[in-house]
Amino acid sequence: MVTTDPIQASPDLAAVRRSSTTVKDTRGYKAFSAANIVVLTIICGLTLYPFVNLVAKAFSSEGFIVSGQVNLIPRGFNTTTFLAVMSDDMFWINYKNTVVYTVVATAIAIALTTTFAYAISRTYLKGRQFFIGLAVFTMFFNGGLIPNYLLINELGFKNTIWAIVVPNAISVFNLLIMKSFFENFPTELEEAAAIDGLSTYGVFFRIVIPLSKAVLATMILFYAVAFWNSWFSAFLYLDRAELYPVTVYLRNLLAAATGTEGLGSDGAQIAANVQSVTMVLTVLPIICLYPFIQKYFVSGVMLGSVKG
Amino acid sequence: MTIRDPLAPESAPAESAGAVAVQKPPGPGGPPARPGRLRGRSKGHQVTWRQALRKDWRLYTFLVLPVVFLIIFRYVPMLGNVIAFRRFRPGGSMFGDEWVGLYYVEMFINDPTFWRVFTNTLILGGLTLIIVFPLPVILALLLNELRSRKFKRFVQTVTYLPHFMSIVIVAGVVLQLTSLNGTINQILAGVGMDQISFMQDPSWFRPIYVSSEIWQTVGWGTILYLAALTTIDDQLYEAARIDGANRWSQTWHITLPGIRPTMVVLLILNIGQFMAVGFEKILLLYNPLIYSTADVISTYLYRVGIQSGSYSYSTAIGLFEALIGLTLVLSANAISRRVVGSSLW
Repeated sequence: MVTTDPIQASPDLAAVRRSSTTVKDTRGYKAFSAANIVVLTIICGLTLYPFVNLVAKAFSSEGFIVSGQVNLIPRGFNTTTFLAVMSDDMFWINYKNTVVYTVVATAIAIALTTTFAYAISRTYLKGRQFFIGLAVFTMFFNGGLIPNYLLINELGFKNTIWAIVVPNAISVFNLLIMKSFFENFPTELEEAAAIDGLSTYGVFFRIVIPLSKAVLATMILFYAVAFWNSWFSAFLYLDRAELYPVTVYLRNLLAAATGTEGLGSDGAQIAANVQSVTMVLTVLPIICLYPFIQKYFVSGVMLGSVKG
Repeated sequence: MTIRDPLAPESAPAESAGAVAVQKPPGPGGPPARPGRLRGRSKGHQVTWRQALRKDWRLYTFLVLPVVFLIIFRYVPMLGNVIAFRRFRPGGSMFGDEWVGLYYVEMFINDPTFWRVFTNTLILGGLTLIIVFPLPVILALLLNELRSRKFKRFVQTVTYLPHFMSIVIVAGVVLQLTSLNGTINQILAGVGMDQISFMQDPSWFRPIYVSSEIWQTVGWGTILYLAALTTIDDQLYEAARIDGANRWSQTWHITLPGIRPTMVVLLILNIGQFMAVGFEKILLLYNPLIYSTADVISTYLYRVGIQSGSYSYSTAIGLFEALIGLTLVLSANAISRRVVGSSLW
């Protein structure tokens, strides 16, 4: 299997390795490449299948789902389930709650994370290591379920929006990404602004923020998707149906179908297409945004890792 | 990795040296807008708190809200763990009313259910670590060998997608696929086998859980490896090829060592999550019929604490779990620093 490339003596080897035309592959490697494409195609198929199945079920009629005939394409195509789910007022109330919680929580999170990250990114800040440590430690040790629950009760946050939007306001992971972005910020700009008489506030709001739009957009997306998808705080701290986000609405559908009481498989089958429709409607905004937001997410994660 | 940076003591002097070099007073031309700050910085670490607060007080105001937040919502609950050793009275203080010593610790040590969920936690955590953790490395290596950039981007886009789904959606998808009329049973029926009630049979929970983890996390997990792969110097590959190394040995001797620091850091982070295995997902998926394999420490303490109201008892369990998690991550970090030479901090 030793490669004896004719281009070994070529002076431009760095470019050669990545280009497909000049390197003469061994037969084994060609076989590998073909197999690789097949394997990755299968992986893509398996990854996408559950979504396709979900959409197919959402448009299928109950009878075909119950008899296990729906996989890739809808059987007994209809949109009545969609109309039924969408005519449920509680669904829309909960959907609206999700939007409100996501917007408010993201706003709070961005305000806290940005200011915190900026302060701890300044190397001249005295006590910098202490403040960084204060945040990083919470990544590895936290109070646990019950003390947090008691705290929220004590604060009177139960059955209010604050139980959802406040306790998760700082994600240390996002904080560290922003911090490393601000650390790479050209200090000359800020120096010049300071010399021109801008205070720290001026520098931050008029120089740093406008020049950080890309990273801010990434952070907003990170937080917004996380809050949109979250369900457990709402499940834990909210008792009234009209306060639920749509994820809890969906969770209750699933629990009704498969929980302890639903073990007789009746419930599961009746709810199957309703579940599918609710799931489709819940993920729809994310799927629609996904092609546009994906690159921000990737660049955000990269940003967090480049320092190493 | 980011996380190594802030806590690495050796990087601090370098940083402040850099800061000093860059931030020399700007000479006579510039008006001394912030003389205090510039003077203080050029002196390096000799600033007292008083001076620091006086010259940078505006910057410290940025810290007020976040630090208050961290104290109230992160550190107060940590202190709240004292109710593991104190009796809690409903309506009383969240820190409990009277000391009871190790009463609740003894209680869970003598609780057979606790040991069952403890074992389940270790098994599920171990399976996740052994099976799920290496897969992103393999997928990243496969992606790296692709010639077509378009196809590579397509595979990435598709495999990242499940990461963006709510855990509730993932649970819903799993429940539907494994239901009696779901796809897996359709396939079984197609090859002439009997239907299986997957979610009512304890022996199926672990495979189902691990598969759903693979589906949701492996694609997204490749990102950091792909980033690390681009940083490997092409000259290493040239040298290896001149020495007659084939693709396989290039991968083994250059690519894998090149992404080893990333692997180590992610491994340590994963070990830190070991004890908290998929709490939310299990809570959504399990039911009493499959408690014998699906119930883990976190779900057990949720039922004991929130549903039955035994706050102190479940806090004792939670504290135990958190301490094991902390110990694991600290030891993993120490071991990797000594053996591999890279660590989180």
